[in-house]
Amino acid sequence: MTANRIYIFKRFERFWHWAQAALIMFLLLTGFEVHGSYRLFGFEKAVAYHTIAAWTLVGLWVFAIFWHLTTGEWKQYVPTMQKVDAMIRYYLTGIFSNAPHPFRVTTLKKHNPLQRLAYLGVMLFIGPLTWITGWFYIFYDQWADWGADGFLSLEWVAYLHTAAAFLMLVFLIVHVYLITAGHTPAAHLKAMITGWEEVQADEPAAAGIEQRGA
Amino acid sequence: MKADRFRGRLTALMLGGLGVIGIGVGHASMPDSGSTPPVKLNTTADHARFKELQREFKSGPEVTKACLICHTEAARQVHRTKHWTWEFVNPDTGQRLGKKTLVNNYCVSIRANYPFCTACHVGYGWQDKDFDFTSEQNVDCLVCHDTTGDYRKQPGLSGHPAYEEREIPKGSGNIVKPVDLRKVAQKVGKTSRDTCGACHFFGGGGDGVKHGDLDSSLSAPDKPLDVHMDATGADFTCATCHATSSHDIPGSRYTPTAMDKKGAMVRGQTDKRNPATCQSCHGVTPHKVQSRLNAHARKIACQTCHIPAMARGGVPTKMSWDWSTAGKRGPDGKPLVVKDEKGRVIYDAKKGDFVIAENVMPEYAWFNGHVTYTLVGDKLERTDGVIGINRIGGSPTDGKSRIWPFKVSRGAQPYDSVNMNLVTPHTAGDTPTAYWKHLDWAEAIETGMEDFGLPFSGKFDFVQTEMYWPLSHMVAPKEKAVGCAECHSRDGRLKDIKGVYLPRRDAAPWLDLLGWSAAALALLGVLLHGGLRIVRGWRE
Repeated sequence: MTANRIYIFKRFERFWHWAQAALIMFLLLTGFEVHGSYRLFGFEKAVAYHTIAAWTLVGLWVFAIFWHLTTGEWKQYVPTMQKVDAMIRYYLTGIFSNAPHPFRVTTLKKHNPLQRLAYLGVMLFIGPLTWITGWFYIFYDQWADWGADGFLSLEWVAYLHTAAAFLMLVFLIVHVYLITAGHTPAAHLKAMITGWEEVQADEPAAAGIEQRGA
Repeated sequence: MKADRFRGRLTALMLGGLGVIGIGVGHASMPDSGSTPPVKLNTTADHARFKELQREFKSGPEVTKACLICHTEAARQVHRTKHWTWEFVNPDTGQRLGKKTLVNNYCVSIRANYPFCTACHVGYGWQDKDFDFTSEQNVDCLVCHDTTGDYRKQPGLSGHPAYEEREIPKGSGNIVKPVDLRKVAQKVGKTSRDTCGACHFFGGGGDGVKHGDLDSSLSAPDKPLDVHMDATGADFTCATCHATSSHDIPGSRYTPTAMDKKGAMVRGQTDKRNPATCQSCHGVTPHKVQSRLNAHARKIACQTCHIPAMARGGVPTKMSWDWSTAGKRGPDGKPLVVKDEKGRVIYDAKKGDFVIAENVMPEYAWFNGHVTYTLVGDKLERTDGVIGINRIGGSPTDGKSRIWPFKVSRGAQPYDSVNMNLVTPHTAGDTPTAYWKHLDWAEAIETGMEDFGLPFSGKFDFVQTEMYWPLSHMVAPKEKAVGCAECHSRDGRLKDIKGVYLPRRDAAPWLDLLGWSAAALALLGVLLHGGLRIVRGWRE
């Protein structure tokens, strides 16, 4: 099977993605233990792990932001409404009738318009909400020095942090599922592991399903 | 621990014996090595060498007179203190407190019980309400400054030790030998855990009964029991923290320091602070490794985490004392006494039912240091609930409170059911109306109230009471402090504490419902979507 291949995810990008994925899942795991949803590591360890993972993620983000700015890759996340309706229609109907994927990956546009919107939402809303509330949580003992103890309440900081975690969880569920919604069920996953996306424009999108069924 | 001390004494005796031999030998060979005893480094005065003390003493006051020859101000300093007056006017509430007026829910009151209760007074001869509080010779120096352990003030003797052989209590067969006042006087020294403990370990009528964090196990505690008083370690005495000048001991429970924001004390500091707070040595940010804990210390008293349980030294404390069941007689017609499987009294006809316990987890409450008492003359509004013998102030929002650990002693005690006030029964003594002799409440209450100068209707009943005792002793080493999850859990130690968001304990149910619903819907959505894709894929 000869395929046209495009190198869309560079090495740092893949490292960033998978490290972030692991950290976010671990943060959800430890975070919901701190929250009281279950018992796994024990409260004290869960807090310690959660804090370490959080700072690691912050460090990772610093590198990622620097990378996106210096490489110009940040442009991949500029939102567009073009073809959003086509993407939604595809996920609602086309995907069930083997209609062709309405989006063609190129190195300049590696995310479809829905991905762009979703990732931008994660980075501009869920992310900052998590960091800001998380930092206030971590630096609770400094509130008095900052003069912030008058208007901040730990209760609401915790609520917002929890809300952000739920949003991230919802994103994670949908995101993991949509990995299978590429040109072939494994295309996105392969691309994120190897960096190479196979582009076989003249084959129907459901070919992968047929092959697997065979 | 007792065995250790005995072994210590034995060793000292043997060494002393060797010393005598050594001096004998040394004297023969080296006549110049003089007969001067080794220099004492813990005091500048060897009281055994004072002529004033090289005589026989017939009574405690005679010893005091000898002390006052040199220590001219000592007695009048003591006169100014609660230890002498048993009286304290709380500047915050204006309430007249002190043992002279207060009731508690242990032995209730000293009224008409003076000769017994005043075994713990720093004086001699307080046998009725007409005691002379201006007498200097009736100040008891020895009870605090004894170093021999031989000086024991006996119940029933109004603050005196036994000067002759006595049976105490009468008919018990317990023979008390007379104290050697000459020896005790010649060996006076600084106060110790044992001298303070002679009364404070035994409050409420027995070892560990009252406080929960003070009992005879603190005489020579190990490190896990108390990190500061650890007898083979830091070896603090009471006065190390309750640092005293002019005989006035700071750190009283009548006006506790619930929140000390000032940090560690330094030399030259002139403000009148309570030196017995944790912060006065440790400062306000004592946690170096886990700085997160310093944030905890803003809302939580040090004691809350560092005193994981009370009565940890093997001595039980009395959690409840129900006077209403007193007076039962056994089949033999004698007052009934019931013991538990360990031989400890849990019912006594003279006193009622007890609940005793060891290793007790404290109760927790916001506390700002304000304590108000229900005094004997106070009208009880209702008696179907629980009367607070004392009531603690505090709230999460007043800026003065921290979450503190308490022993809450509960029980039931007599009250005047017509005049609606607490009463002070006359219990101890060889008198016609003493309750412990005749088991007749009405007469006992009549006598006690008469001593107080308060009316008694003749009708009485029992009311449930509770009393809060903030805990500050039996401080565990940090490894044994209360762990995070003991409070950070749904059903933890602080489950009833309001006004603070406790991660893991607290959550907004609506947020959880919303969040988990969203996650479940997302999961359901992708499963349906994926299922549909697979089904359609098969069909194609």
